[in-house]
Amino acid sequence: MSVLVNKSSKILVQGFTGTEGTFHATQMIEYGTNVVGGVTPNKGGTSHLDRPVFNTVADAVKATGANVSIIFVPPAFAADAIMEAAEAGIELVVCITEGIPVQDMVKAKNYLLGKKTRLIGPNCPGVITAGECKVGIMPGFVFKTGKIGIVSKSGTLTYEAADQVAKAGLGISTAIGIGGDPIIGTPTKDAVELLMNDPETEGIVMIGEIGGSMEAEAAKWIKENGTKPVVGFIAGQTAPPGRRMGHAGAIIGGADDTAAAKMKIMADCGIHVVQSPADIGKKMAEVIKK
Amino acid sequence: MNLHEYQAKELLKKYNVPVQEGIACDTPGEAEEAYKQIKTQYGGPFAVVKAQIHAGGRGKGKIRGSEQRGVAVGKNAEAIKEIAQNILGGTLVTIQTGEAGKLVNKVLVAQDVYYEGPNPVKEFYLSILLDRAKGQNVIMYSTEGGMDIEEVAHNTPDKIFKEWVHPGGGLQAFQARKIAFNLGLSGEAFKNCVKFVTNLYNAYVGLDCGMLEINPLFKTSDEKIIAVDCKMNLDDNALTRHPDLAAMRDISEEDPTEVEAGKFNLNFVKLDGNVGCMVNGAGLAMATMDMIKLSGGEPANFLDVGGTANAQTVEAGFRIILKDPKVKAILINIFGGIVRCDRVAQGVIDAYSKMGNITVPIIVRLQGTNAEEAKKLIDESGLKVQSAILLSEAAALVNKAVA
Repeated sequence: MSVLVNKSSKILVQGFTGTEGTFHATQMIEYGTNVVGGVTPNKGGTSHLDRPVFNTVADAVKATGANVSIIFVPPAFAADAIMEAAEAGIELVVCITEGIPVQDMVKAKNYLLGKKTRLIGPNCPGVITAGECKVGIMPGFVFKTGKIGIVSKSGTLTYEAADQVAKAGLGISTAIGIGGDPIIGTPTKDAVELLMNDPETEGIVMIGEIGGSMEAEAAKWIKENGTKPVVGFIAGQTAPPGRRMGHAGAIIGGADDTAAAKMKIMADCGIHVVQSPADIGKKMAEVIKK
Repeated sequence: MNLHEYQAKELLKKYNVPVQEGIACDTPGEAEEAYKQIKTQYGGPFAVVKAQIHAGGRGKGKIRGSEQRGVAVGKNAEAIKEIAQNILGGTLVTIQTGEAGKLVNKVLVAQDVYYEGPNPVKEFYLSILLDRAKGQNVIMYSTEGGMDIEEVAHNTPDKIFKEWVHPGGGLQAFQARKIAFNLGLSGEAFKNCVKFVTNLYNAYVGLDCGMLEINPLFKTSDEKIIAVDCKMNLDDNALTRHPDLAAMRDISEEDPTEVEAGKFNLNFVKLDGNVGCMVNGAGLAMATMDMIKLSGGEPANFLDVGGTANAQTVEAGFRIILKDPKVKAILINIFGGIVRCDRVAQGVIDAYSKMGNITVPIIVRLQGTNAEEAKKLIDESGLKVQSAILLSEAAALVNKAVA
């Protein structure tokens, strides 16, 4: 089962022929992901990495039946790429691009309302279902097959968590990098809910950051609806208020979005919160046994 | 990116948002001239001198070593010149700058808006920002202007109003009217406020602001609605489409090491601790800072070296971190995915050898692709560099280094 992507997903790459698109599409194909083609305006009709290139997402969907797209186009054009994919009926859009202007995302998110398209990201490492399908830029080998789901705002911290989970003798079902921007398509709660409803996932690692209220919302949902153990960590316990820590969304705006405040709400809602990022795997092994 | 008050006001005027008029000055002589111009244009003897720094609380803040406030009123050319003399070149310490204060390089000499007229003056608050949870812009406003809005929100939350703007439709006329009504305005002032709010929202969107705050939003005695102060923050991600705005950046307001890091495309934030760190990825970088603290140290910085941690970036990172004499150890934490750990290790060795005189202990934790080979490279390099593979091992080494 797993969630979002699996062996039968047909992946389209938007920004296929660019440097990033080419590099990561190659890696995805090597992982065994079913990449059916790509889109680069004005290069339609050519071929790249032995796959067809199309001018528009609509053309690509018509010809290949693609149901998932991954976006590598530059920040100034990425919101447009998201909307084009949604208009063409793509079910899952994974936007890797970092640095999209916020007002562009306000428009794109509104555009998606009422459409069947789910957006993951932007500014995210993507989604991987271990051993089946990688739609992202993560190092595939770190994600050993297993029954732990991961939801995370961060890239390398997701790899770190997956690696610790594997070293603790467990493995990954699906890892969802939801992205570090202020406006993202799938908030923490929605991603956790997907994994909570997945029969192949037995435990969930939820990794957040300072800024925003998504982790608190997810924690409250877990308290009401949770059926599986959740291990939680919030990065930025030592971050100063008012400063942006790398990710556009990682900024402490008030008393409620500090790491300490988020960790408290999560612990109050029954999540197994770890203080140190080095303890994520160990804690999961501990609680999954119970 | 933050702008100065004088820059923000210039931009607002382009969107037909009325502001308290003023002239930015670099010298006391210019301030004197500015006063004369303002007096000719707007009449009345008074003018106000406002220190231009990227921090609030200027009116209550003082220039270090004197009683001079950061915002002060003068009633003739000599007084204005003297105030400007006191402020320019001084260090203004406010509740927001901390003890270090901020050097003042410019003052804004502005018109007096409290002139007499048929009606009483009034101060309001209004800001526009992003509501992250809703994915919409929100206009936040209050009848309680000129004060600390967080205090108002805390003590009298019923005095704060919010108006969300539909992302597709934009700000509607009825919403602008509602804001003006809620502020208790009528007649000319009501009409002026509707225009003000509409134009201000256009400026917020058109300039790709991250945050736009008008405090106080002011009603003059002759029913004009104007921005007396303005805090404007621009979305860094949108600056590529506004080269004119990007050019308004004042790097003298930023930490010099952060500016230098930016030249190497390093994402750096200066902190106050004793353990420097260099990490790939923002989330892992924050987590590494947290781990340093849990290991008994204090993080000296946030530094995300991004996806390509090679000899050049590592060397730049070393140089920037080592500018801080308080740094007692440096932790390099790289999770190699696409980037191979042995390459990063070689980069660390090359940078270390090239720099030659690093005296603080270096701890390198490399995990991921080719981690074992990387550890071997470091261990056999003969350099004073300790290596680790697990995050918990790195934590223990940090603990030893700061003990």
